[in-house]
Amino acid sequence: MRPDLSHIERWITPGSRVLDLACGNGEFLQFLQDERQVRGMGLEIDQNNITAGIARGLSIVEQDLDQGLSNFPNQSFDMVVMAHALQAVHFPDRILDEMVRIGRECVVTFPNFGHWRCRLHLGTRGRMPVSSFMPHGWYNTPNIHFCTVRDFEILCREKGIRIVARDMVGDSQRSSLMATSWPNLFAMTAIYRIAAKQ
Amino acid sequence: MSLHNSSHSVGLVTPQVALFDEPLALACGRSLASYELVYETYGELNDDRSNAVLICHALSGHHHAAGYHSEQDKRPGWWNECIGPGKAIDTNRFYVVSLNNLGGCHGSTGPSTINPQTGKPWGPLFPPLRVRDWVNSQARLADLLGIECWAAIVGGSLGGMQAMRWALEYPQRVKHCLVIASAQKLSAQNIAFNEIARQAIVSDSKFAEGYYLDNNEIPDKGLALARMVGHITYLSDDAMASKFGRDLRSGTLEVGTDDSVEFQVESYLRYQGSRFSDSFDANTYILMTRALDYFDLAREYNHDPVAAFREATCSFLVVSFSSDWRFSPQRSQELVDALIAADRPVSYAEIESNDGHDAFLLPIPRYLEVISAYMTRVEEKR
Repeated sequence: MRPDLSHIERWITPGSRVLDLACGNGEFLQFLQDERQVRGMGLEIDQNNITAGIARGLSIVEQDLDQGLSNFPNQSFDMVVMAHALQAVHFPDRILDEMVRIGRECVVTFPNFGHWRCRLHLGTRGRMPVSSFMPHGWYNTPNIHFCTVRDFEILCREKGIRIVARDMVGDSQRSSLMATSWPNLFAMTAIYRIAAKQ
Repeated sequence: MSLHNSSHSVGLVTPQVALFDEPLALACGRSLASYELVYETYGELNDDRSNAVLICHALSGHHHAAGYHSEQDKRPGWWNECIGPGKAIDTNRFYVVSLNNLGGCHGSTGPSTINPQTGKPWGPLFPPLRVRDWVNSQARLADLLGIECWAAIVGGSLGGMQAMRWALEYPQRVKHCLVIASAQKLSAQNIAFNEIARQAIVSDSKFAEGYYLDNNEIPDKGLALARMVGHITYLSDDAMASKFGRDLRSGTLEVGTDDSVEFQVESYLRYQGSRFSDSFDANTYILMTRALDYFDLAREYNHDPVAAFREATCSFLVVSFSSDWRFSPQRSQELVDALIAADRPVSYAEIESNDGHDAFLLPIPRYLEVISAYMTRVEEKR
């Protein structure tokens, strides 16, 4: 399982109701269902992923995040998770508003574009970074809204979204330690636990 | 080995008839003293009777959902692509029950069967039915077959309405509910199409206010016209364009000619209409379209589908088809939204298809994969 997902697990209360936005093939939801006995639901648009999730016995709803989440009532889930999808949606700011409206708490993870390697790549080669972690070219990438750790925190502050906790993951244990101290430079993946302002 | 016995088909099947002689109270206030239901079963009921799946048919459907009635039979049952050994609804794992609904015209008691009180066909005197009446009669069939709880109830269109009504009326008797190309209620446009169909039938002089069987006649023109209207609404504009386009079956439109011209689509519709009027009863058509019109999932729940679904305890799969405008994906999404708000487990897939409402009867690969994936979990959690 991706490291950001195992980080999220400990924030999930056993037996809670969890909504996973862009849930992929449902691997994480199934893990939460097995380990934390959550009542899970996943949203997904990829056809094969939807079938795979249904075959796992999960509740998977075909829904495009870019069309909004107005069909979900306020505070109807204990936890709303969106792992590695923020950068791929058309309106990241609106999705965040919707998440904290629907979930009593939320978890967002995204690749940090402020990582020193991205900066080095762009600074020395003058081209958009391509790596094994972000393998797409600028013209065909599904990731249309990259941001940095600092960008994200500023957006949360502007929106009055409360950051309950954050976790920074590097590409190794040592760099994860560095990432905790200097996240915007050393975090590969940023993990935020957020909620609406009280 | 004949095709009818191949390993992918349930093979030869024989319809059975169940007689019920305890009166059935109907939603209209009347009751039926006794009635018969014709049904078929595929697969074996397991020892703990936990693998039964009920198939609810749509407007013009019947009990013959899979397999063949004889070696000479050219066409298999209407959902043969989905039901059978190794298929999406796998008869190696499930015991599948498919019946002809009360009021139907394929063997179950209905307007064209004899009213024991008069010795004549019921005709227009057959009581009007609602979806809940079908559900209640199906529950008695379940009792007869020793099925306390269905592993799954599956229905498309009007069949989906029955599946949902089951989930609300008999929550303890349904584990999974598969609602395909359906809606919580018909729109005004939908009712309007049904009314055109009914008017086509009653305007046929041979209809004789519904007593046509007493005159040994059938209102074939009216019934065919009703089917033609219906058929158009079950297809999509794109499907008709690709199937027929503007192709001519006969004649020419060249300048200087005065041939009589027939478009392919005209001939097709006429054929569909006349084939239908040979095999379907006009009073049943009126009864079934009315049941469709009257269905309103949440009527007695203060018109709140969320409150309605809170009655249910089963899990749901909802499926829609992109080009279906008679039961559009929005109607299915309304069901999904209400189920989410009612905190019921629900999965939903919108299948890409050009075939309009008819798509729910077609072997579209992704559609069958989704049903199959869901049925895997039905087996595990039954």
